[in-house]
Amino acid sequence: MSRTSPERTGLLARVYALDPDVILIDLENPSRDELEQMFQVSRAVKRPIAMFVDQSDTASIQASVDAGVSAYIVGNLQKERIKTILDLCVSRFNAFSRLQGELDRAKSALEDRKVIDRAKGILMKMKKLTEEEAYALLRKTAMNENRKIAEVAQSVIMAAEMFK
Amino acid sequence: MSDRLRIGFIPLADATALLIAVDKGFCAAQGLDIELVREVSWSNVRDKLNIGLFDAAHLIAPVAIASSLGLGHIKVPIVAPFGLGVNGNAITVSPALHAALRDAAEGAIRDPMVSARALARVVARRKAQDEEPLTFGMTFPFSTHNYHLRFWMAAGGVDPDEDVRLVVLPPPYMVESLQNGHVDAFCVGAPWNSVAVDLGIGHILHFVSEILIRAAEKLLGVRQRWAEENPDVLARLVRAHSQAADFVEDVNNRDEVAALLAAPNRIGVAPEVIRRTLDGHMKVSPGGIYRNDPRYLLVGRAGAARPDPVQAAWLYAQMVRWGQAPLSREMLALAKAVWRPDLYDAAVGKPAAPFPGEPADGIGAFAGPAFDANDIEAHLAAWTIKRMG
Repeated sequence: MSRTSPERTGLLARVYALDPDVILIDLENPSRDELEQMFQVSRAVKRPIAMFVDQSDTASIQASVDAGVSAYIVGNLQKERIKTILDLCVSRFNAFSRLQGELDRAKSALEDRKVIDRAKGILMKMKKLTEEEAYALLRKTAMNENRKIAEVAQSVIMAAEMFK
Repeated sequence: MSDRLRIGFIPLADATALLIAVDKGFCAAQGLDIELVREVSWSNVRDKLNIGLFDAAHLIAPVAIASSLGLGHIKVPIVAPFGLGVNGNAITVSPALHAALRDAAEGAIRDPMVSARALARVVARRKAQDEEPLTFGMTFPFSTHNYHLRFWMAAGGVDPDEDVRLVVLPPPYMVESLQNGHVDAFCVGAPWNSVAVDLGIGHILHFVSEILIRAAEKLLGVRQRWAEENPDVLARLVRAHSQAADFVEDVNNRDEVAALLAAPNRIGVAPEVIRRTLDGHMKVSPGGIYRNDPRYLLVGRAGAARPDPVQAAWLYAQMVRWGQAPLSREMLALAKAVWRPDLYDAAVGKPAAPFPGEPADGIGAFAGPAFDANDIEAHLAAWTIKRMG
């Protein structure tokens, strides 16, 4: 297959070399359609069975597609093992996106903290407040306005910039 | 209170009616709140529709049949109440293959029979010189592109399984693959043929409308069960699509349509490229030659939006011809039942009269006898190159 691209040759060659029982593919990968053709035309992949052949377990299938992964079962893998592998894969995908979410939240919390600290400093200086009083004022305003403390702090900073 | 639906699509010009139905507010006016989900592969669109993550989808026509027959995957009956596009594909070849075809041609390669026979000569010469077979890109095993390429080249005596290689490539990878020589040609929908021409790396050899005057391309597909459970929502969805298709076909709206489709979360190419596609005013060679064909892509004109079961029969016949499906009367009936002109008529009314100038057999192929949807055996008997089991 000298005329196919390196990645694509690699894909096919790896499948042959590894002779896997199961192929898992990220649904964001456009090459998924190429795999479909491979399963149709390839005699080397002995008994290609798509995951969705087993229609009874739709909840499991739905969970996997929802999590962003699909599975192709290529070997003579037993049904129970397929389910275990897929469930494991789904939980790992979900764990990954949970970690990603936590990381994003932590980053934004850190950002909020910086903004609040700056606003506290401004209030302490302009209104001659202690740090506790400045924070209490921010929190009270946020509650009254039904906004986040970080949003109120942002407004304080913006106002201070304008009064400079 | 409006009904919420999730609809999947692939960024292609033949998703136009769907995208405009949502972005111009035709769906909202029908009380439908649509979440559009842009997908990267037909496998994803099919699976998400099948298992209920999508309520409806922009579907490549043969996938709807394959899904309903359980070919290559699980069996989930799909129905199509609306045709998203007729025609719209083109075959693009590398400058080297274009020159080789022109040299080998007896006549003008603009004629698909002349070009197909020229391809047979090029293939024979490469074989004699022990060169690698030519590689053609298409989008999916169950795709119009696969069948269009096969129908064209086989008519000229080229066996698509023995004489050349047909490989699946995602549409956005087509141009790059032609550029770096991984394929010598491809068949794909708009805008990718134009993108290759604009880059100076491809010549559009044929519009598919030159090979088949009328070829169903994409459908609005829903699960049969969903259609049965939500007849009112479905009717409103079809109505919104019909209004959108009319809007697109009014040339006065084309600039606005092209601008909406050009958005990065829609098709994401220059509005001018989309405009050329909708107008059928296509640049076919890097040298700046244009070819006009008002039939290049039919969004709502000439009854294009009303599903025609003759198209289903033709596509099923190709599946049989190329060994993807067994020949059976039951399967033919099931394939035809995917196309639901009755649902279309119930939502927007039956067209008063047939459209003038359309092919009598509903297909208008450049080669072979007229197609008879009730006698696909005759169609299959007409060809020597085939893979029937």
